[in-house]
Amino acid sequence: MAEPIIQVTGLYKSYGAVQAVRGLSFAVEEGEVFGLLGPNGAGKTSTVEILEGMRTPDGGTARVCGLDPERSGSAFKQKIGAVLQSTALPDKLKVKEAIELFANFYTNRANTDALLKRFQLEEKRDAFYNQLSGGQKQRLALAMALVNNPQVVFLDEPTAGLDPQVRREIYDIIEELKRDKKTVLITTHYIEEAERLCDRVAIVDQGRIIATGSPRELKHKSAGTTRIEVRLAKPDGNGSLATLDGVADCREFEGTYVLHSSRAPQTIVALVKHLESESNELQSLEMFSPSLEDVFIELTGRRLRD
Amino acid sequence: MASSNPITNTWTLTKVRVRLAMRNRTFLFFSLAMPLGFLFFFVMVFGKGSPAWIAYILGSILTLTVMGSFWGLSVQLVMFREAGILRRFRLAPVGAGPMLASSILANYILVVPSVTIEILVCKWVLHMQSWGNLWAIFLLVTIGSAAFSAFGLIVASVTNTMQETQVINQLIWTLFLFLSGASVPLAVFPLWIQRASLFMPATYLATGLEFATTNLASPAEILTDFLALTLGVLVAFEISRQLFRWEPEAKVPGRAKLWVLVAMIPFIAFGVYENVAGKRLAQIHDNFKAIDRAPSMPTKSADPR
Repeated sequence: MAEPIIQVTGLYKSYGAVQAVRGLSFAVEEGEVFGLLGPNGAGKTSTVEILEGMRTPDGGTARVCGLDPERSGSAFKQKIGAVLQSTALPDKLKVKEAIELFANFYTNRANTDALLKRFQLEEKRDAFYNQLSGGQKQRLALAMALVNNPQVVFLDEPTAGLDPQVRREIYDIIEELKRDKKTVLITTHYIEEAERLCDRVAIVDQGRIIATGSPRELKHKSAGTTRIEVRLAKPDGNGSLATLDGVADCREFEGTYVLHSSRAPQTIVALVKHLESESNELQSLEMFSPSLEDVFIELTGRRLRD
Repeated sequence: MASSNPITNTWTLTKVRVRLAMRNRTFLFFSLAMPLGFLFFFVMVFGKGSPAWIAYILGSILTLTVMGSFWGLSVQLVMFREAGILRRFRLAPVGAGPMLASSILANYILVVPSVTIEILVCKWVLHMQSWGNLWAIFLLVTIGSAAFSAFGLIVASVTNTMQETQVINQLIWTLFLFLSGASVPLAVFPLWIQRASLFMPATYLATGLEFATTNLASPAEILTDFLALTLGVLVAFEISRQLFRWEPEAKVPGRAKLWVLVAMIPFIAFGVYENVAGKRLAQIHDNFKAIDRAPSMPTKSADPR
């Protein structure tokens, strides 16, 4: 079996007293889209920046394309492409100039015009960077990550802060990379993003991986349960929601009760009866099929956005 | 796979940085318009209607223009670091050397047209008598621009914020401006200031250019100035390369700021030499006296024809 294109073993990284990464280990095969899913501060960016050669780990090893990111210098950088969590360029640099500038640093260069077309930036080719919208800036960042036809692409929260329409455009681009059999490592705190784009996902919390597998495998851990989210007029003081018919798990997050039920219809009937007997009222009720969010809640007791 | 070429990378970055500077109106004002403004102001105030003074003033203006490299693109690097722009470059196969060298090269490319215009204005508009020694001027402008860009890079490397950079630059710039002979002739200062000025890099540029524009000094005669500035470039470039930081949050320890003093070593050595055995102060005095005694430019009313 071929050596994984990304191999991380026992990675540690601290900033002063804060331990950002605590013994992270995972491997990514060539052509795979691998996601690091976790809340803000989970250690995803620190991990990806170590893999990009931008940070020095305190312990453990990281290898990308068989090279040590920190010590392999130019030879390593020729092989990777990356979108940082926030990309900044000089205000008066034009779109086409930015792509050409970065392409010139590499020995293997993609065609600038083809990239402009692929990322729908043709009309903006002569626009200054400070004239671009957030979505256009992110598309440019993606184009710049591909100027060298990289073997491995790192995408650190590529859709954070973008509106849903632009986010879908970025998803299309990443799916195109997937079809091109590029190895992609993506960090995200969006469940939808991880489920839609990733072949495999590592759920990260407080610097550790708490689960790894394909989205389907991970969701199987919550198999048979439906997530029911309810808001009540009065709080459920005695924890009686957890005893309703079919409820396997009940947690409260900022006034919303999240119930995992193996028999959702019975649970809802029991809920309505219970509320009537308690003179309480239902303000809202939403049902969700199992997702990675449920896996995260089950494993950590917290929601991803906490 | 072949690694990227530092020379090609330097040239790529230089072209972009020149282009960005040309799109910056503030930069154009300070690098082109302001020195010309100073030229006409100095000629009106100090020119005394003497063509000899025009050459002397040209030396000062060229010094101011070349010393402007101290601010120029070196300060821009701090801005790039603070804005997170350097982080993006760090991902690419481009090292600190090309980033820094492109500052120096781009500064030089931007200085040359300004210097050329200033010389042409002095010759054709202000009736300067001779061209001076253009070879000596060329050499000093070239090495001077590189030296002051490199000094700016050191400040950029040892400061943590744009604000800190501006304050330190302002302090150093004020010393350079007033005590080097660039704005006030060195000969009018008390002797102890003249002696102290021999430890400043700006003095070597200012007096070298003054000799080149007024005395027709040959490249050989400005050898000390050229050598001092060349050593300054080499030391300053290497120090700033060692201290270069890509990340906005990467702070330089206070101890590292002492490296600035290392960049001063060549000038301390030349300063000691000039104070003990050199003839520079005497030359400065002779030159100033010769120009002060030079006849005024004939005016129309004084023309017997």
